[in-house]
Amino acid sequence: MYSQGLIGADGKTAEDEAFIARFQKRIDAEEKIEPNDPMPEGYRKTLVRQIGQHAHSEIVGMLPEGNWITRAPTLRRKAALLAKVQDEGGHGLYLYSAAETLGVSREQMTEELLSGKAKYSSIFNYPTPTWADIGMIGWLVDGAAIMNQIPLCRCSYGPYSRAMIRVCKEESFHQRQGYEIVMTLAQGTPEQRRMAQESLDRWWWPSLMMFGPHDGDSVNSDQSMKWKIKRFTNDELRQKFVDATVPQAERIGLKMPDPDLKWNEEKQGYDFGPINWDEFWKVVKGGGPMNRERIAARRKAWEDGAWVREAALAHAEKRKMARLAAE
Amino acid sequence: MNKETPVWEVFIRPRTGLAHKHAGSVHAADEVMALQAARDVYTRRGEGQSVWVVRSADIVAFDPADKDELLEPSADKIYRHPSFYNIPDDVGHM
Repeated sequence: MYSQGLIGADGKTAEDEAFIARFQKRIDAEEKIEPNDPMPEGYRKTLVRQIGQHAHSEIVGMLPEGNWITRAPTLRRKAALLAKVQDEGGHGLYLYSAAETLGVSREQMTEELLSGKAKYSSIFNYPTPTWADIGMIGWLVDGAAIMNQIPLCRCSYGPYSRAMIRVCKEESFHQRQGYEIVMTLAQGTPEQRRMAQESLDRWWWPSLMMFGPHDGDSVNSDQSMKWKIKRFTNDELRQKFVDATVPQAERIGLKMPDPDLKWNEEKQGYDFGPINWDEFWKVVKGGGPMNRERIAARRKAWEDGAWVREAALAHAEKRKMARLAAE
Repeated sequence: MNKETPVWEVFIRPRTGLAHKHAGSVHAADEVMALQAARDVYTRRGEGQSVWVVRSADIVAFDPADKDELLEPSADKIYRHPSFYNIPDDVGHM
């Protein structure tokens, strides 16, 4: 499960003040908004974009892990990874369905992903050259996503919140699955330990970037908080993630690749070094190591599957005609 | 592709004795594939003993704009509740 601080939401809206005030009153009263309720256009557009990005992230997120299914070291690992990747496909479907309640079709969203118009989480534009990377994805990437998604279970939009509840329930095994892989390597031969540390060195900073830009640079964050789409800011969630994850690394003798990382007694949390935002924006804008491959793989899957979709519809049509003729 | 695959709503009975409850949606060309997709997506962890699928387009509902008059809670009809009626205590539980 993978979501990210929303990239480039446009919360602008043109309704009159009385309408906005009525809507805000419902939000402030913690009422859930359902698909056919009146809502500001900006609220609808923000959700379509956010849920769409989230759904695309689930689907694209199947690719780096799928890379290792046939090469998993044991049957136990293979069965678990297969189940996890299958879950991610399901999560994509729940999210596409939630977005569809806002009047956008899955076909439209798919086209936007394939054309590069729609974004997905920057983390999936990094490669998975070693088996340890599969452990890191479960531990760090799913871990970061869980931080983000638990508050989304209380999102003001009913269908999104219900999808998130399902996702979080199913998600609980993913992070444990990943941590167990990393732990096994960390307690293995010196070569396996090196593999785990080398992988952590590559994944730590991109995982912190998953929470999106700093609060000061996150232009539409305030509106999303006001509409209770978001419950915590990017920096708050990132801090929670660091505080939860650093002790988990220490427990298995791995070290975060950050010389500035240290416990701050006063704030009861860790201080950490500066994030390379140039890298983040480069990856978001298509310049990451795997952006081209990911979209090419999605495009190939969509094109190769075209005849299946067409045949299924033709078959359904033929059966319908036969039924009508028999009546 | 110009034709969109229809959306189906999925209802699942968690176990006998309970009613089917809305679980989510799937896309499928026909009812056979809709059922298969619903099983694959919504029953991977023992969630159900029975699955229904219904075309979303076939669901009939009130216009939400008329919700207030059509679905008003009848708060003034207190005689619809048992506590409206005065029965002496010595009659016992009723």
